Amino acid sequence: MAEDDRPLSPHLQVYRPQITSVLSITHRATGVFLSLAAVMLTYWLASAAYGPDSFARAQAALESWFGRLILFGFTFSLFFHMCNGIRHLGWDLGWGFDLVKLRMTGVLVIISAFGLTVLSWVMAYSHVGKL
Amino acid sequence: MSNTPNRNRQLRSKLGRVRGLGSSHEGVHHWWAQRMSAMALLPLSLWFIFSLISLTGSDYVAFQSWVSEFGNSVFLVLFLVSMFHHAQLGLQVVIEDYVHSELWKMGLLLIVKYGSVLFAASGIFAVLKISLAG
Ligand code: HEM
Repeated sequence: MAEDDRPLSPHLQVYRPQITSVLSITHRATGVFLSLAAVMLTYWLASAAYGPDSFARAQAALESWFGRLILFGFTFSLFFHMCNGIRHLGWDLGWGFDLVKLRMTGVLVIISAFGLTVLSWVMAYSHVGKL
Repeated sequence: MSNTPNRNRQLRSKLGRVRGLGSSHEGVHHWWAQRMSAMALLPLSLWFIFSLISLTGSDYVAFQSWVSEFGNSVFLVLFLVSMFHHAQLGLQVVIEDYVHSELWKMGLLLIVKYGSVLFAASGIFAVLKISLAG
């Protein structure tokens, strides 16, 4: 078999999605997405370094509905990746590696990530009196 | 292999295997660096999100004075360093997992590694410029 034709492991098509596998791939997806957030942070800081006009332009872009959508995605990604990252670090210490705890902490990660995301946005909006 | 009666047939000593540093030829260094940067990112990310919340609605001058505060400048620089370091390590693993053509793999790794340094340096310089100008 040519090297390029080798199937990737795991064969995602033949497995039923489970909380363990879904959280695992989401950790990866959010990690990649957060790398874009990092580039965006540099863009934001650089725009301010250039002066008030370019900062205003960056702010306008970030405040548009599309900008907010992306920022909301970044917020959720960061909280998910952070909470699941703590789960990862627990495993590295040898904790939480049986099926019951694996599922329990998985559910906890999902709930915390959603909760912290909503909480942050509520706090931000009420900070400017828009809520 | 480990069930074979005479384990000494394996000419490679345990130390040698450790020094060989496994299939990645770099031992646990990558793994460890990923964990260390994750540990640093945990408090820094929380600080950053909380800062963004309290910065909502700020204008240019308010933003500039926030960045110029000593603690904020330091934390921003630390955040940029640990984030790009961690992202670069993570993206490397993703590329190594999915990209099997040597040429593409090398090209993408080059972009990710050099790109991270470029963006981290630009971000840090921006922080310095904002804080030292004000
Ligand atoms: C703030 C920006 C962050 C970015 C841009 C980022 C990015 C990434 C990327 C791209 C990966 C590789 C994913 C993979 O191999 O599947 C990764 C893995 C990882 N991240 Fe993050 N991360 C961030 C924050 C965090 C935080 C706050 C934590 C800790 C609590 C964390 C913990 C981890 C861990 C433990 C891994 C390794 C997972 C594994 O071994 O598969 N990350 N990160």
